[in-house]
Amino acid sequence: SGGMLAAALLLLLLAAGPWPGPGPVPVRAGRDALREELLLSPLPDGDPRGTRWGGQGLTLPAVSHYRLFPKALGRLVAALGVRELHLALTQGFWRTRVWGQPPLQAPAGAELWVWFQPTVTDVDKAWEELSNILSGIFCASLNFIDSTNTVTPTASFKPLGLANGTDHHLLRYAVLPREVVCTENLTPWKKLLPCGSKAGLAVLLKAERLFHSSYHSQAVHIRPICRDASCLAVSWELRQTLTVVFDTFSSGQGKKDWSLFKMFSRTLTDACPLASQSKVYVDISPKNKEKELLEVAPPPTSVHEAIVQGDKRTYAVYDLLSPSVFNTSRSLNVQLKWKRPQDSLDLPTPILHAQRYVSGYGLQTGEISTLIYNTHPYRAFPVILLETVPWYLRLYVHTLTIITKGKENKPSYIHYQPAQDRRRPHLLEMLIQLPANSVTKITIQFERALLKWTEYTPDPNHGFYVSSSVLSALVPSVIAMKDVDVEQSPLFTSLFPSSDGSSYFVRLYTEPLLVNLPTPDFSMPYNVICLTCTVVAVCYGSFYNLLTRTFHVEEPSRGGLAKRLANIIRKFRGVPPL
Amino acid sequence: MAAAVPAVGWVRAAAALLLGCCGAALASGVQDQAEQFFRSGHTNNWAVLVCTSRFWFNYRHVANTLSVYRSVKRLGIPDSHIVLMLADDMACNPRNPKPATVFSHKNMELNVYGDDVEVDYRSYEVTVENFLRVLTGRIPPSTPRSKRLLSDDRSNILIYMTGHGGNGFLKFQDSEEITNVELADAFEQMWQKRRYNELLFIIDTCQGASMYERFYSPNIMALASSQVGEDSLSHQPDLGIGVHLMDRYTFYVLEFLEEIHPASQTNMNDLFQVCPKSLCVSTPGHRTDLFQRDPQNVLITDFFGSVRKVEITTERISLDPDLADFERKLPKDELAMEPLKYAEQLPVAQIIHQKPKQKDWHPPGGFILGLWALIIMVFFKTYGIKHMKHIF
Repeated sequence: SGGMLAAALLLLLLAAGPWPGPGPVPVRAGRDALREELLLSPLPDGDPRGTRWGGQGLTLPAVSHYRLFPKALGRLVAALGVRELHLALTQGFWRTRVWGQPPLQAPAGAELWVWFQPTVTDVDKAWEELSNILSGIFCASLNFIDSTNTVTPTASFKPLGLANGTDHHLLRYAVLPREVVCTENLTPWKKLLPCGSKAGLAVLLKAERLFHSSYHSQAVHIRPICRDASCLAVSWELRQTLTVVFDTFSSGQGKKDWSLFKMFSRTLTDACPLASQSKVYVDISPKNKEKELLEVAPPPTSVHEAIVQGDKRTYAVYDLLSPSVFNTSRSLNVQLKWKRPQDSLDLPTPILHAQRYVSGYGLQTGEISTLIYNTHPYRAFPVILLETVPWYLRLYVHTLTIITKGKENKPSYIHYQPAQDRRRPHLLEMLIQLPANSVTKITIQFERALLKWTEYTPDPNHGFYVSSSVLSALVPSVIAMKDVDVEQSPLFTSLFPSSDGSSYFVRLYTEPLLVNLPTPDFSMPYNVICLTCTVVAVCYGSFYNLLTRTFHVEEPSRGGLAKRLANIIRKFRGVPPL
Repeated sequence: MAAAVPAVGWVRAAAALLLGCCGAALASGVQDQAEQFFRSGHTNNWAVLVCTSRFWFNYRHVANTLSVYRSVKRLGIPDSHIVLMLADDMACNPRNPKPATVFSHKNMELNVYGDDVEVDYRSYEVTVENFLRVLTGRIPPSTPRSKRLLSDDRSNILIYMTGHGGNGFLKFQDSEEITNVELADAFEQMWQKRRYNELLFIIDTCQGASMYERFYSPNIMALASSQVGEDSLSHQPDLGIGVHLMDRYTFYVLEFLEEIHPASQTNMNDLFQVCPKSLCVSTPGHRTDLFQRDPQNVLITDFFGSVRKVEITTERISLDPDLADFERKLPKDELAMEPLKYAEQLPVAQIIHQKPKQKDWHPPGGFILGLWALIIMVFFKTYGIKHMKHIF
């Protein structure tokens, strides 16, 4: 916190789609293509952030010919009638207030949301099959997704791809906040890439460095997109993204300059031979409108300027397919040096950020509070808040209060679906208008339920998780964004389709909450059985003895042989017998 | 002359007979060897590796399982034939000073977690029920392939279990246990469904020998790290990580397996000698009475490796180079009439005017109907039946 360390954002983007690009074989419309990108950008408090995005495209309906698109996902999408699929596995939390708006954030744990085709008749059955199949592909416990943690949002999570009508009954959303992300989830993710981890930008992905980070998020997005500018034909896009925030201070011996080798312990040696585009972008935007603070080495192929999230950014671009990059040396090690001390490195506070916490005392009641900050000086904008609370925290909706600047703020749209014990969680969706330069506080009280003793996890004293709330908003941009050709712009700018340039869409997640439920003493059944059995045995035993015991007079025994002989001798002696 | 010829002929006949006998003996010797080669009778190998302990201080149980996993993968069994169950995550545990690693030797010499690991059952999924379902094959139909034990009657299966145990039971995640009787019955179910050819069961827990006492199905060989009444001890702590890294028995088994390569001829008797009492402090035990072959003839790679029998052919096969013809057969894409659009991410107007979903009308339930019937009956009983005609 507050350490002035070089940070890097690594964005690798692989996108494949029918690309009318150059190549030894003329690419027909109907061929899939691959684009990969790596974006490095420093974060304010110095942590390098790396995001790797990948995408591949496949034309519908040629789903039997898989060249680059992985067959496992292609068959899944075709068989279950999936229109859009978004799966994210995340470890850590993105600190929006310190690090700025994320390009694509995901909540801690596993998040899966899917839009099905209108032709699917039983959406719940398809959802259950899908989560089971994905749990096998990604080695994650996604099979725990069932009706107790699935919701159907009505206003959030609109489709990111082409859509003609959005019946929200075809949407399902589930989060598993307790899910752990480790190398066994990264391994199948890497295996979906056409070049695997052997060539291209994916050689940098070694688990030991990637998991030694403050934030690690890997995601898979499948959606239908326009095949070309005329948008008369549809093709599938598979985007694989990996966002990592490195902490150079703890892993880089405290120096502020960083390089690819320092972050990943590897350098780039070549581009993936199957890729039509393979680029590295380094964010060298000047902060506070001063001249550049950063210097990159070796000199980049080109410099690209784009408007990302409403702000103008400058990127140094290394095109791995151009021959000049690997001309002088066999490997590319991008290095970033700070020109002068970074006392003034300060990213402006993001326009929208949020915080959530649980308060209260004891194990009976509590209160969930969400704080949403709008730091824009004069523009107000609406935000949709989606909260999913498990059924064992019984929310009292009559205690829901929304207060902005001391006054009550009535939401324009509110959708509440109460929970059913052991069947459905609470769903609360609200459209709230955030006035300029304000803090909105949303509070709701709950009561904790007592679970049946078989429903507790093996480690119940750890607590139970409440998944992150989701905030979706159209944030006004500082600089209006022009309509850019999607094919030529970098992949990290084109995930959220934007309708007009005056605002950009952002989806933020708050912290997950950890709540203690009243936990029974699990040794009590054993204790009770022992005690009851002892009492019963003593009572019953005593009664039985009293009722059935009889007493007989017993003749004293005549004694053994020795005693009899001794008595005969004593009789002769005239002495009384023994 | 006439007498010499029959004599020579007799000698010659005798020599021929002798040679014939020797030849027959040699031939049968060669045939025996050939039979030996095929006698193991298995065509594929499976492994089920289970770690049943949760919490950071049980790091060593996860390291045990992962070292067996590593050996088994190295000797040739692919991930699709390994069912790995780890009850807790040690590699990415917040207490691990070196994330994404699990070490087996102190001073962090050997990372058994590696870069290419696939865990099939994680965390809360490791339960007695799931373990028995995997063994017996009675799995819900939606289970993915990687979580199933798809063995047949020609499969050799290695089952390795580690955790905390006692006399006749093994504890799963500190909340339930599996008894030796249940395990023996599960193996009997596997035998009756012909789900294995031969089975090797290794257990590294306290009083491990009690777990194989009750087996009664054929073709099972069992090894345990300690006898009934003895505790299995852990090997060495690492001061950097702060916990014990491995158990003694599995540590020495790992050292033994590191010297095995896919073509090794080492047999089971050598595995029985691993970790004598001087090193292990407990007495490892084994049980071979249910096993048909002599352990001397059983190779380590029969269970730990996956030796494929390869046939080399010199036939020439030509692949069809005509790709254009194939591409012509691909169905043409449909083109839309007018350009398609992306959905609006935050359609505020549409959301605000969303019609609230009509609440589905349910007929009144039995309780409500009964209550109203009771109220009406009481009313008419009290005030007389004459009011009825005003109602109906």
